[in-house]
Amino acid sequence: MKTPTRTGLTLAGCVILAIAALSLVHQLTRERMEVARQQWLLQGLSAVLPEGPHDADPLSTRKLITAVELGSVQPLPLYTVYRSGQPLAAVLSVIAPDGYNGNIQLLLGIHPDGQIIGARVTEHRETPGLGDDIDIHRSDWIRQFDGRSLQTDASQAWNVKKRGGGFDAMTGATITPQAVITAIHRALLWYQQHRDEVFSS
Amino acid sequence: MTNHTPNRPASPPAGSLWKEGLWAGNPALVKLLGLCPLLAVSNNTVNGFGLGLATLMTLLIANAAVSLMRPLVLPAIRIPIYVLVIASTVTIIELLMQAWLPALHASLGIFLPLIVTNCLIIGRSEAFASRHGLRSSLHDALAMGTGFLWVLVLLGGMRELLGQGTLLDQAHVLFGEQARQLTVQIFSADHGMLIALLPPGAFFALGLLLAGKNLIDSRLTRRRLSTERSVSADIQTGKSLTSH
Repeated sequence: MKTPTRTGLTLAGCVILAIAALSLVHQLTRERMEVARQQWLLQGLSAVLPEGPHDADPLSTRKLITAVELGSVQPLPLYTVYRSGQPLAAVLSVIAPDGYNGNIQLLLGIHPDGQIIGARVTEHRETPGLGDDIDIHRSDWIRQFDGRSLQTDASQAWNVKKRGGGFDAMTGATITPQAVITAIHRALLWYQQHRDEVFSS
Repeated sequence: MTNHTPNRPASPPAGSLWKEGLWAGNPALVKLLGLCPLLAVSNNTVNGFGLGLATLMTLLIANAAVSLMRPLVLPAIRIPIYVLVIASTVTIIELLMQAWLPALHASLGIFLPLIVTNCLIIGRSEAFASRHGLRSSLHDALAMGTGFLWVLVLLGGMRELLGQGTLLDQAHVLFGEQARQLTVQIFSADHGMLIALLPPGAFFALGLLLAGKNLIDSRLTRRRLSTERSVSADIQTGKSLTSH
């Protein structure tokens, strides 16, 4: 066989083999990957939801909303949980765009009356050892939001203590906690305006 | 395995392959290959181990595939084929990790797909696997991969210890929930040197490792020289019959 033909055929053969191997593995792992992803999400959601039975699997209530106040011009997922037909909680995805290093993604669980159930950072690239204390795996810092609302803290209180606010910062970091506090405050303000929209089906 | 073609040197003995991979030709300490993931991911032991293991797996599969395809692959297209093999291997490993170790996958982030660009792997394909049989190639991959792995783990351990006073933090990411108690807190994280966890710390730690290796090597050479000298002195004084 002529060399160019042979070269082409070899290359084509290798590509086909590679594609076959990849699609096989993809087939094998797809289901498992989806399960792992859902588990990961559910874990995050249940941390910011009240205990006890819900009417439906929280994940199944996912809908997308677009609101600049939540930190992104892209649509973000929103989850609503009901118990016996009554609204029990809403979980907002919030992005703090002004952290020290890129976006900080948060899940914010809110009672229908606007009181925070809990907040968790789901993704961030803050400085290890300083800003990453916002992560629940590193410190309990994020728990101070539990139970707060626009009623418990007036607008000027949504700031770190160093700047006259009502929230602790972590040692050595101001920008990161500030970004999280502001993002949550903004999300609460948005929620206050759009509560009916959030719980409408 | 006796019909050696000119293109196929005799398979080197396993001992020398291991010595080369683990120490004398260590990919990370001597060849300084794959530094990008090495420096970026080595901020704790578990990450280092995870990435080292993934790299080792990729090396094994890529070396095996390249070695088996030797009779098929023409020199002109060997590089695209190596790239194809390596990229597919890494993608497969990434898919598997995403399915079974999602937390580790999340913490390695971009550096897992970046294994594709680790020159260590294509380097071994080109320099070794394309010229040796399957058995030697696997051996070489194992030795080189382990050499890369131990440096990654040591670097991760050093940085984690200096930076936050722990060893094996987040071991559950790799070994499951029951491994949580593997984490050792040597001293309080408040006394850690933050810089060890930041990118510059990676360079400092690698520099220390390189210096340490060179120190050990020069000690070894000096000792060998002095024994050789005393031996040759013995030969001259003792009028030994041995000739060079």
